[in-house]
Amino acid sequence: MSFITRGFSGRSRERDDRLPPGQTLVHDFPVLSAGPTPEIDTAEWEFTIRTESGVHRWNWDEFMSLKIDEVDTDIHCVTHWSKLGTRWRGVSLDTLFEDVETQLDYVMAHSYGGYTTNVPLDELLDGKAWVAFEFDGEPLDPEHGGPARLLVPHLYFWKSAKWVRGLEMMDQDEPGFWEQNGYHLHGDPWKEERYW
Amino acid sequence: MQHVDGNAIAGPLAEFFAFDVTTSVARCSGCGAMAELARAMVYTSPAGSVLRCASCDQVLATLVESDDRAWIGFSGVSAIEVRRG
Amino acid sequence: MSDATATAATGAPAAPVASVPRAGWHVGTVVAVQRETPSAARIELDVATWPGNAAGQHLDVRLTAPDGYTATRSYSIASSGPSARVVLAVDKLPDGEVSPFLVDELRAGDQLEVRGPLGAFFVWRPATDAAAAASGARARPVQLIAGGSGVVPLYAMARAHHDARDLTPFRMLYSARTPDDVYFADELVALEASDAFRLDLVYTRRAPEGWPSPAGRITREALASAALPADEWPLVYVCGSTGFVERVASWLIELGHDARDIRTERFGGL
Ligand SMILES: Cc1cc2nc3c(=O)[nH]c(=O)nc-3n(C[C@H](O)[C@H](O)[C@H](O)COP(=O)(O)OP(=O)(O)OC[C@H]3O[C@@H](n4cnc5c(N)ncnc54)[C@H](O)[C@@H]3O)c2cc1C
Ligand SMILES: [Zn+2]
Repeated sequence: MSFITRGFSGRSRERDDRLPPGQTLVHDFPVLSAGPTPEIDTAEWEFTIRTESGVHRWNWDEFMSLKIDEVDTDIHCVTHWSKLGTRWRGVSLDTLFEDVETQLDYVMAHSYGGYTTNVPLDELLDGKAWVAFEFDGEPLDPEHGGPARLLVPHLYFWKSAKWVRGLEMMDQDEPGFWEQNGYHLHGDPWKEERYW
Repeated sequence: MQHVDGNAIAGPLAEFFAFDVTTSVARCSGCGAMAELARAMVYTSPAGSVLRCASCDQVLATLVESDDRAWIGFSGVSAIEVRRG
Repeated sequence: MSDATATAATGAPAAPVASVPRAGWHVGTVVAVQRETPSAARIELDVATWPGNAAGQHLDVRLTAPDGYTATRSYSIASSGPSARVVLAVDKLPDGEVSPFLVDELRAGDQLEVRGPLGAFFVWRPATDAAAAASGARARPVQLIAGGSGVVPLYAMARAHHDARDLTPFRMLYSARTPDDVYFADELVALEASDAFRLDLVYTRRAPEGWPSPAGRITREALASAALPADEWPLVYVCGSTGFVERVASWLIELGHDARDIRTERFGGL
C-alpha cells in the first residue's frame, strides 16, 4: 500500500559502485544500540581471551603497549548504510593471538553491557580484524563503542562489537545476541547475509 | 541513544498480534519483576528493537523486521499474560 | 477444560476490558498545517478509515522516498473520540530526518500513511463507563506532567476530561521553554476556566513579565509544590523527552508515589 510521500527524501543516501548490494553511502556515523551505553573507565578496562586451557588478560596499559595498526577501511551496516575510507587505530587480532594456543575454531565476542556476537576464528586472523580504540584521530567515544570495540570490517558492522571486553573460544559456532534474534550467523555483506 | 517506553513499539507489534501486547503483564525471568510491557524500556534502532526490564535491565524481548519477515524473541520473559475476550 | 468453559459461561461476566479500536494502516489527507509554536506545527489529518482513539494514544507516521526508502516515527494524538479528524503537534528537531519534513514541508492536500491508534496503556478514560460505575470505585484524581511537546497526549486527556464533563480533579504541570513555546495555549486557558482543571506552567528559558518564579528547569521542590501529593492517590501521567521523564519520574517516587500509579511516555532525546 506504500506510496511515495510528496517532498520526502530523507537523509542523503548515495549509491556507489564500491558498495555491496543493497547498501547506500552515508557521511555521518549512525549509532545502533541494543541497550544503555556503558561508561567504562580505562583504569578498569580489561580484555581477555578465554581458551580451553586458560585466560589471557590485558589491562589498558598492557594493551596500549602492543603493536598498533593504522586501519583504513570501508564499513557496512546491515541497516543499509556504508561508510567508505574510515580511519581507525587498534591492535590486530593476529597480535593478540600470537601467544594464544587453541584448538577451537569459533569465537564469541563479549561486551561490557552484555552484548555478544559470534565469528569464526579464521575470519578474525590474517589482518582481518582489530580491537580498535581510535576513530578518525580521536579516542573512540562511548556511543561508538569506546574505549575499545572489535573491528571486523569484512562482515556486517554488528559483528564489530562495541565495548568489547573479551573473546571466548568455542568448539562450534553459536549465535550471539542479534544472531539469535533474526540476524545471519555469518553476515557477509557481499553475499547479503542479513537474516536467517 | 535514549530509550523510550514499551508503549512506543505498540505499532510494530500490532502488525503481528491481534491485541495490544504492550498492555500485557510479562514476568522478567531475570529478577522476577512483573509489569506491563508498556513499562519496559525500549531501545530502538534500525537494526531492531530491544525491550529491557525496567527493574533489572535484562533483555526481555526483541523485534527484528525485514521487508518480508519479522523475528519476535521473548528470551527474557518467563510468561506473558493474554487476556481473553 | 470443559469445566472452565462452563464456569465462564455461567459465572459472573468478567469485567469488560475497556477496548480500543484495532490498529491498522490508514491513509490520511492533510487538512491543515499551522504554526503551533516557533518550532512546532499543528497538523490536522482527515483519516477516512480511522476507527477513533482514546486520549493519550499515538500513531506511527511512515514516509516513503522515491527510491523506496522509508522512515517511520511515532506521534501522540492531541485529539480523541470517534472522529476521523486526527490532530498532531510536531516539534522540529533541526537535525532530524522526519520532524523537519512534517513541520516545514507538509501542506494541506498531502497524503500521509499512518498506523494506529496505538498504545492502550498510556491512556486516560472518563469515569463514565459502566465498569467504573458498577465497581463503585471513587475516580482517582489525575496529575499530568508535560515537558515541551510532551503536552500533546496530556492535552488530549485534559480535553477528553472536559468534554465528558468529568469532575475528577485534573491538574497539569507543564514545563515550556518560553511563553511562545506553549502548545495549545488558548485551549489550555479555556480548559482552566472549568473548575475541575488546573494548569501550572513552568518556564525554563524565559518567563512572562511579573511571573512569580524565575525561568529555570523544573525542580523537585517545584514538582512537590505544584503536583497532587501522593496521599491524594493520584494517577500521574508524565510525558516529554526521555531526560525530562526520567527526572520527573524519579522525583515522584522520592515524593512517595507508587511506581504503578505513574505512567510515562518518553519521546526520546536527552
Ligand atoms: C510514543 C511517542 C510519541 C511521540 N509523540 C511526539 C509528538 O507528539 N510530538 C513530537 O514532536 N514528537 C513526538 N515523538 C518524538 C518523535 O517520534 C521523533 O522522535 C521526533 O520527531 C524526532 O524525529 P526526527 O526524525 O526528526 O529525528 P531523528 O532523525 O530521529 O533524530 C535526530 C536527532 O535528534 C535526537 N532526538 C530524537 N528524538 C528526540 C526528542 N524527542 N527530543 C530531542 N532529541 C531527540 C536523536 O537522538 C538524533 O540525534 C514521540 C515519540 C514517541 C516514542
Ligand atoms: Zn528484571
